[in-house]
Amino acid sequence: MKLIHLYPREMNIYGDTGNVVVLARRLKWRGLPVEIAAVSVGDPLPHDADILLGGGGQDAAQGEIGADFAGRGAELRAMADDGLVMLTICGTYQMLGHEFITHEGRRIPGVGVLDIVTTGQAERLIGNNYVDTDDAGRLVGYENHSGLTDLGPGVRPLGSTQLGRGNNGRDQTEGAVRDNVIGTYLHGPVLAKSPQFADDLLRRALSRRGRDTDLEPLDDSLAEQAARVAAGRPR
Amino acid sequence: MNLLAVWLGKLTLMALRALGRRGNALPGLVVEKVFPSFLARAMARLPEGVVVITGTNGKTTTTKMIATILGERYRVLTNDTGSNFVRGAITATVEHATWSGELPYDVAVFELDEAWAVRFVALVPPRRALLLNVMRDQLDRFGEIDTTAGLLGAVAAATTGHVVLNRDDERVAALAGRTTAQVSYYGVAPELRALFPNDEELYGGPVFMSEHPASAELRGLPAGEQPYITLRFGGADHEVLLRADGPHNAQNAAGAVALALTFGMDTETVLHGLRNVSPAFGRGQSFDIDGRRLVLQLVKNPAGFRQTLRTLDGVTGADAIVVAINDDYADGRDVSWLWDVDFTGLVAPAIGDARRSTSGTRAADMAVRLRYDDVSVDEVEPDLEKAVRSAVEAVPEGGHVVVFSTYTAMWALHAILLRIGQAA
Ligand SMILES: [Zn+2]
Repeated sequence: MKLIHLYPREMNIYGDTGNVVVLARRLKWRGLPVEIAAVSVGDPLPHDADILLGGGGQDAAQGEIGADFAGRGAELRAMADDGLVMLTICGTYQMLGHEFITHEGRRIPGVGVLDIVTTGQAERLIGNNYVDTDDAGRLVGYENHSGLTDLGPGVRPLGSTQLGRGNNGRDQTEGAVRDNVIGTYLHGPVLAKSPQFADDLLRRALSRRGRDTDLEPLDDSLAEQAARVAAGRPR
Repeated sequence: MNLLAVWLGKLTLMALRALGRRGNALPGLVVEKVFPSFLARAMARLPEGVVVITGTNGKTTTTKMIATILGERYRVLTNDTGSNFVRGAITATVEHATWSGELPYDVAVFELDEAWAVRFVALVPPRRALLLNVMRDQLDRFGEIDTTAGLLGAVAAATTGHVVLNRDDERVAALAGRTTAQVSYYGVAPELRALFPNDEELYGGPVFMSEHPASAELRGLPAGEQPYITLRFGGADHEVLLRADGPHNAQNAAGAVALALTFGMDTETVLHGLRNVSPAFGRGQSFDIDGRRLVLQLVKNPAGFRQTLRTLDGVTGADAIVVAINDDYADGRDVSWLWDVDFTGLVAPAIGDARRSTSGTRAADMAVRLRYDDVSVDEVEPDLEKAVRSAVEAVPEGGHVVVFSTYTAMWALHAILLRIGQAA
């Protein structure tokens, strides 16, 4: 299985690189070969990948990669239509939308893979969070963002936020899903304490290739314990 | 100085001690409420003013170095209690003032965390500031790293006399433009620069090489049998035996020297002071418990944890390793940062059979992190005392336990270790 790690230098400040580690190890522990392709500004996107992962960065870093990312719009939309599994966190989630309107009113176009619009504000939404989903149970992570995201009809929420503020602090939605493309504000990294979500992504990728989606069970008792503890901590 | 304020603070301190409490925030809080301008007025009377040390990593050790070096010539007031807030500074001031309201000091040297430094300098403009570095840390408070850099910029802007900057941290070096004070730099020699990666460089970003000349430069580190670091200042290289381990402390020593030089101190005095520096609280302090040696190492962000793991000779030969991660406010609620630390080194052959355990409120999180680096964990015990006791029991007499700990866990551990063992 081939993983694309998008902008590993620029989009990594909240531990999201851990999502790459988690998926790679879960494959390796099951004896499934894994290859990681780092894609930075100017690098070509591999076309034979199974999962694309992107993290959160500084606002300034988001500016640095903005033009490069915008230039990949057609390619990313085609990949999404083709069922590529994508897990995008925070900054990369926002950039997959139609646009980001900064606090000062500047409009930064996104690539339109997800039917979402994000508006910046002065206050950051920061704190422990957990989110209940239909597909993958409870996801436990940490949110830290200043953009408020509103979902259009072309996506459904990933889940409903319980402890935290979620997409926009108003409608209890958290994240967005269309086909195999998922965006969320959960850092943590989200896959560390949500192993069933990690396996859900792997199954989506296997099924897209028409392969057997039975995954050998792993002992996830520590991750479950960590998730229980984290969900009970103050925000 | 306001005699009533001094008395009020001193009496609060006495009351606390009578209750057996070690608190250092409450007296400051009481004085601050009743006499809001107390601190500014007291500090304005110091002949050499105030020195502020801030940045993400190395504040406590560097503050200790500066206070020790300046102590060669001046009477130094410092907040050496580990409390780095405005109230801690007020408490230190009333504690050390005489009952007749005199402050028998020449200079105050204060360690302040980035956010508190901004509040402090708004009350008391420092004459000198040393700005160390900006790393990812406490992003649950600051949001992102550029915001933290902005806080240091406010400190630079408020400083009236002299700002000393780490030339090797791009964000810090850029703050020269934010101040009207005189600016000088400290740094490490270009050959050593790669040993001090910032967060971006660790993820493959280009290494930032500064053009600024340094008034104190780290030019050599201990190697093999040779225990000295080499510092260049005052036009010559000097070999120094530093009693605080690791390249980052050697780098901090360069910062401390650069700051001391702004006082016009001579080379011999600076060197003499530097040799007298002892390790700061929790930064490699060791304890004896039933004939086992336990070393306590503070870890609070990825850069610091990586440095400690990489440079700590103590881990090699450790019989047991405990990693204690708390997520209280002072530690940072967000533990995502643990994923920016590479732990695969903990399975290196030299420490391959050390017992490994995790503790603290986020013991399970830490265990998950280690597991994903293929580091096996022998015990997950959130209770700090139980975790330490079982680690000590598991190693033979004469054995060696290393405890990595976040801030609040370290304070708790310190009290536990003094109760069940003794400082070595
Ligand atoms: Zn974020």
